[in-house]
Amino acid sequence: MRLGVEVDGVRQWRSYSLTSPPRPDGVITVTVTAVPDGVVSTQLVRRTKVGTVVHLDQAAGDFTLPRDRPAKALFVTAGSGITPVMGMLRDGVGRLDDVVLVHSAPRPEDVVFGAQLRALAARGGLRLVEVHTAVDGRLTPARLAELVPDFATRQTWACGPNGLLDALQETYDAAGLELRTERFRPVVLAVGDGGTVTFADTGVTAEADAATSLLDTGEANGVLMPSGCRMGICFGCVIPLREGSVRDLRNGHVTTAVDGDAIPVQTCVSAAAGPCHLGI
Amino acid sequence: MTTIQKQDHNPIAHLTAEDVENLGRELDALREKVIASRGASDAAYIRKVIKTQRALEMGGRAVLLASRYKPAWFVGTAALAVAKILENMEIGHNVMHGQWDWMRDPKIHSTTWEWDHASPADQWKHSHNELHHTYTNVLGKDNDLGYGIMRVDEGQKWYPAHLGQPLWNLINAIFFQYGIAAYDLELGKNLSSKKRRNDPGFRERLSATLRKVRRQAAKDYLVHPLLSGPSAPTTLAANLTANLIRNLWTHSVIMCGHFPEGVETFERTSIEGETRGEWYLRQMLGSANISGGPLMHIMTGNLSFQVEHHLFPDLPSNRYQEIAPVVRNLFERYGLTYTTGSLPKQVASAWRKVIRLALPNDFPAKRPTTAPRPTPAATPRAAEPVRVAVAGA
Repeated sequence: MRLGVEVDGVRQWRSYSLTSPPRPDGVITVTVTAVPDGVVSTQLVRRTKVGTVVHLDQAAGDFTLPRDRPAKALFVTAGSGITPVMGMLRDGVGRLDDVVLVHSAPRPEDVVFGAQLRALAARGGLRLVEVHTAVDGRLTPARLAELVPDFATRQTWACGPNGLLDALQETYDAAGLELRTERFRPVVLAVGDGGTVTFADTGVTAEADAATSLLDTGEANGVLMPSGCRMGICFGCVIPLREGSVRDLRNGHVTTAVDGDAIPVQTCVSAAAGPCHLGI
Repeated sequence: MTTIQKQDHNPIAHLTAEDVENLGRELDALREKVIASRGASDAAYIRKVIKTQRALEMGGRAVLLASRYKPAWFVGTAALAVAKILENMEIGHNVMHGQWDWMRDPKIHSTTWEWDHASPADQWKHSHNELHHTYTNVLGKDNDLGYGIMRVDEGQKWYPAHLGQPLWNLINAIFFQYGIAAYDLELGKNLSSKKRRNDPGFRERLSATLRKVRRQAAKDYLVHPLLSGPSAPTTLAANLTANLIRNLWTHSVIMCGHFPEGVETFERTSIEGETRGEWYLRQMLGSANISGGPLMHIMTGNLSFQVEHHLFPDLPSNRYQEIAPVVRNLFERYGLTYTTGSLPKQVASAWRKVIRLALPNDFPAKRPTTAPRPTPAATPRAAEPVRVAVAGA
């Protein structure tokens, strides 16, 4: 679910997993870890007071428990990847018969929801395997197979850093098994010189260099682009950037959008800084 | 005055091409400084203005429900007039300029804001943001120079109809919101031939404007009066009065932007190949400020800083005041005239021009037109650091 938070006057959107089960009072919970350079996470964790109004977007995603509860389930998580699984565990408590959770974190005290998970395990609600990377090393598919020998018979959900998910995906694909993943970081967007500009609604794709404005690129390729002063003053050329990065030709500032965004950009003074998708 | 290209004494003759480019660089740096320091307090400012305007408007309209009682009529009308002025000037004009787009708030955004005015937002944005701000004060390109019904520069051709221009100006002032709507539609041009009248694009825009006018009229002259029950006639009169006050005020403020004596105009051909520095220079010379206190600034939508606004139309209006001393210092160092004056003085200056130019240039009884001009410095002095606190910088 996307959360809109005002940081320094600008509304920023980030996706957070729901960690709460459905409640009659409609209260929902997200659990945020402050990332060192994180603009929104540090704002939420350190500077947001009770009573602050935040913005919500429609819940999306398919990282959920199916209606038919799995007979045997395996959750593989690392770091903040525990958050969507926590929501599922809280929702499915009592209705999941055989659950294994393998969670990776640097040290025992770094496990988010540590106390609750251990208590749940003590009550017999799940089998909890903690991998503390500071002493045990990284969690790998091989390690997983050792810890959970019957992993191939379990419906598996994985959430964590892309490295872990990529490795797991490779293993599961090779074995012909289904793996459901939730990724927190998009594929790294190349912020380089120029790129492929996709005019999504018109269905036009074009190569553009770092110095050619998106407006010129669009027009040269037959896209009907709104425009005005063609010099960045009148905002007559604003269209949404849906994905990718563009660079402001006037000062080099880069604006980046990820799937789900619709960041207005001035096409007459912006150039592609990597592949980008425009809403026109 | 006529265009600077045709004057005996060119006010920018002393500037070299390099001077102009340096000027451009200094102004670019100033812009970047403000952009870098935009933040939570700026966002809080516009939200507060919007909240205040809404309270004034709803409060005024609520009081007017009892408008048959004279005190309620006066208080309600005053509140509504101020609310309309605030909405049009400090909020609408500035939001539609994109000054607050950086907040990424879809409700306070140039692409979504619709203002309390007869002219639809997208048509106003075209004629104002795209045409006026690009071609500022260029004869034959910037129609704000007289709105197509007056001549405000010796370089504009005189026609006998101009004899009536003081009257056209007054009528325009009284019906200013409709005047602007007609102007944005380019009615003069578009009604002139059958082909133009029947152009589908024009017909669509005309329909959109008529829809807006109907909605606005229904709000002010039908629904609100009806809701006032027995106070219906007095509420109708109150709304007419509030709209009139808004029209007269905004017309006066807007006239002060580019009509007072001292403001320069430019030949059409002079902007071919215009560099960024030259564009900045044209904005500096083609605009005039109004001096005053905080109340003046907010009631003019910070167009009391017309020069700063024309230099940086997309910077938040609340920041113009702090950069004004830096800009003024720039004028001095480059030997340029910073045109400003009190509201009465500037309005009078604008009206004098309208009256004077109602007559042809060579009319015998005319007095000399060029006001004495301060001699510019021989060469621009090197930039002396000016300590001005840019909030958050």
